[in-house]
Amino acid sequence: MAANNSVNISFTVNGERFNNVNVPSRQHLADYLRSQGFTGTHLGCEQGACGACTIEMDGKAVRSCLVLASQANGTNLKTVEGFDDEMMEKVKQNFLKHNAFQCGFCSPGMLMTTKEILLNKKKLTRDEIRSEISGNYCRCTGYQSIVDAIEECINEIN
Amino acid sequence: MDDIKVNQNPKLGSLDRPNSYIGRSLPRENAKKHLDGGGQFVDDLTLPRMVHVAFLRSPFAHAEIKSIKTNEAKKSDGVVDVFTAKEIDEVCKPWIGTLGHLGEMRSPEQTPLAKKIARWQGEPVAVVIADSRAQAEDALELIEVDWAEKEAQVDMETALDSNAVVIHPELGNNLFWTRTVNQGDVEKAFKEADAVVETTLDFARHTGVTLESRGIVADWNKAENKMTIYHNGQAPHMMQHIIAKHLDLNEGLVRIVSRDVGGSFGIKVHVYPDEMAVTAISKKIERPVKFIADRLESFTTDIHARCHKISGKLGVDKNGKILAMEIDDLSGIGPFSMYPRTSAIETNQVLNLSGAPYVIPNYKAIGTVVFQNKTPMCQYRAVGHPIAVAITEALIDKAAYKIDMDIDQIRKINFIPDNAYPNKCPSGVPLEDLSHEASMDKLLEIMDIKEIEAQKEEDFKKGLLTGHGVISMCEVTNPSPLFYGVGGAHISSQDGASIRLEGSGAIHLSSSITEQGQGTEAIMKQIAADQLGVKMESVRVTLGDTDATPYGGGTWASRGAGIGGEAVLKAARKLKDNILNIAAAIMQADKDALDIEDNNVIRKNGGEGISLQKLAETVYYRGHELPKGTNAELLATASFLIEGIPFVFTNSAMGCQISIDQDTGIIKINKFWAVEDCGTQINPKLVEEQIRGGVIQGIGGALFEECVYDDQGNMQNATMADYLVPMAYEMPDIIVDHVTTNSGRSIIGAKGAGEAGTGGAPAVIMNAVNNALKQVNAEVVSQPITPEKILKALGKI
Repeated sequence: MAANNSVNISFTVNGERFNNVNVPSRQHLADYLRSQGFTGTHLGCEQGACGACTIEMDGKAVRSCLVLASQANGTNLKTVEGFDDEMMEKVKQNFLKHNAFQCGFCSPGMLMTTKEILLNKKKLTRDEIRSEISGNYCRCTGYQSIVDAIEECINEIN
Repeated sequence: MDDIKVNQNPKLGSLDRPNSYIGRSLPRENAKKHLDGGGQFVDDLTLPRMVHVAFLRSPFAHAEIKSIKTNEAKKSDGVVDVFTAKEIDEVCKPWIGTLGHLGEMRSPEQTPLAKKIARWQGEPVAVVIADSRAQAEDALELIEVDWAEKEAQVDMETALDSNAVVIHPELGNNLFWTRTVNQGDVEKAFKEADAVVETTLDFARHTGVTLESRGIVADWNKAENKMTIYHNGQAPHMMQHIIAKHLDLNEGLVRIVSRDVGGSFGIKVHVYPDEMAVTAISKKIERPVKFIADRLESFTTDIHARCHKISGKLGVDKNGKILAMEIDDLSGIGPFSMYPRTSAIETNQVLNLSGAPYVIPNYKAIGTVVFQNKTPMCQYRAVGHPIAVAITEALIDKAAYKIDMDIDQIRKINFIPDNAYPNKCPSGVPLEDLSHEASMDKLLEIMDIKEIEAQKEEDFKKGLLTGHGVISMCEVTNPSPLFYGVGGAHISSQDGASIRLEGSGAIHLSSSITEQGQGTEAIMKQIAADQLGVKMESVRVTLGDTDATPYGGGTWASRGAGIGGEAVLKAARKLKDNILNIAAAIMQADKDALDIEDNNVIRKNGGEGISLQKLAETVYYRGHELPKGTNAELLATASFLIEGIPFVFTNSAMGCQISIDQDTGIIKINKFWAVEDCGTQINPKLVEEQIRGGVIQGIGGALFEECVYDDQGNMQNATMADYLVPMAYEMPDIIVDHVTTNSGRSIIGAKGAGEAGTGGAPAVIMNAVNNALKQVNAEVVSQPITPEKILKALGKI
């Protein structure tokens, strides 16, 4: 049965090496990362609609529920646990200041989307920020506080 | 009883009283873990020898289970066992979702897995236990069920017809519960009225869509006879009682742990058959068992809400004074009333709350609740409020239009005056400490209606239909025992707090209130630190563990701050009193001459003090140094309960302006305003975020969210791509303001703030849409107000 097939791959997560590990061929990357203790990556829908599982793969935001673990071969991954550079610490402070999360379940994905916005170094209007984060579902905040936090990040960084 | 001091300036400045945290918008430092990926949600937990389950669920809304063959599934890779109702029922007793205090309710016994007949699409029928969830799902495909599909009773409007499919033949028909309220003489009043208006509104089913789905890990420890449940619920002690009762366990040996919870909104406060099955499985196989609902399971088995059709009639005199109101509400709750809170409460609140802000001398209300073959319906954020507020406010707008009166004016002349409390709802439910007049005045002040009216005319010339609305409402918060306990449910109305000074000088606080992101931990810290006179960072908080916190009800019905917060306040004051007694003995001083500031006992008139750390060290390590007979109690506990009234009400006024694109039918919310009076705000920023989040959920119900079913009872949009939730782009910024009328029921004076937004937004959106559509003599009466419904109303399709 295909369920038992595995693939041998190597990659890094937050700089940590994973050399020649066997991953089930049908397992998605989010499930694999969670099984290795990277539980900051959250699953909300497993069909790419909610954005909670968004992580960084070779510098790009990806839905880790829509990527097979085997596709991570040769890549460098970054999860929320690895968002510890100066820029991301600033982002976190702004999220905290504006209460840009309540339950925290969407936050890892929201932070990744924020990171991508900031790396694009564009000055965005509030409407444009709303458009950028419209692939990330948050049931608690109503989004305004998230927009406030990202707006402040953009103003600080540009 | 000293009043609390609420700080007008939300930020703590250098000139402020030290440790004055109540009333300040301080960030939730404790929540930063979520930004570091360090939350502890149920699915993050792995235990040794833990197994996973997947449920075989009914693909039909109504079907007989003629036989189930599980032999092949049992042989599948990684499978530990496969159970049906027979095996689960050996361990878990059935339940009935009725309460005793609201008249006759009729709901049959429910078991974790369906026996013989499945009654909604998604009802669990069999369960595979395997080493991984994937293996359990593989084995599901090998279970053979011989189904005999039965005709389904999907439509609530025909559920009581003589030819309806009776879902529970032993009950004779599909009626679950009915209630009538009759105050005054509505028939006579309608005859005397100068204008009578009527409408009928439809509210689709929607659901909570918590981003973290329901989840549970049950861990039966045979050696200790102890059941530990890790659960993302809202009411740990309620679950402790229920699991002990139905699994026949010693209640004291059931421990419920609710760590981080990824949103709840009422969805996670109910007893779900699949979760009960998981606890039964753990007991049976003596291993830890994990179940995390996937999104399809969430849509088809999390409780749904709303599903109402309500007709209303309002009579006014020529001056706009309301003489009478009458409503008739029908609601469909699926095939079972949920346990233990019942599925009657939403309709009950519709009857209780319709017309609540206004003087309405004659009021009649009928509520009818029926069974149908859809997912069970129960309490979700703002239970019943959206229906009660929307029917009231729609009728008031209609009356205003009919007698040509301003929509704000008709409300103002009918409010129960702010100085006329205590008072009563038209239904007779007691009200106190409310401020509809002041809140509406504040709303109108921040809205600028004149400018809005001018823009409406301008837009109309351009072909854009712009409209606005204003509404007022009451929000049920801080319930007393009269809500559930009186009806026989073991749901605590009293909550406790326990606070201690430790040897290090640190303060530890525990509370029976739980956290799902509202900021429970943060406000508890603020109250404790403020009342004790210590720095916030010296307080740590334990919540969500029946072995480690005081007994209590948990978090639901916007009760955390008002009830749990008061218990913290009282416990902190007791501890402070104890500390000062000990300090007086150590310092040879008069207790009244001492105070605590910044973790030090100080002499009010100057002179050397003692740090709490030194005091604690003396007590714990060198108690022999204390004068003989000193009561060195450094642990204080307190409880609080609302007495004498059913609820402490909050009130709110909301306004919005929307525009409709006549070609696409798309509604754009241009502006939204909310004024809330929730009494003392312990942390105004967190209150505002409750209001904003609530409003957005209300907008979801008003414009987007619907569990769509076909005629056979199949849910058609059970994915997050098909079920529309509010996303950032469509949502407006929300301007929030406050009026403050403290609750007289507590020292802290806080009322709840979690649900008004969700309760009021559907009404104000609908009124604004109809205000816009009125320009072209059109109207909508059904939520969600989709572009299709707008285009139909405009006669375009």
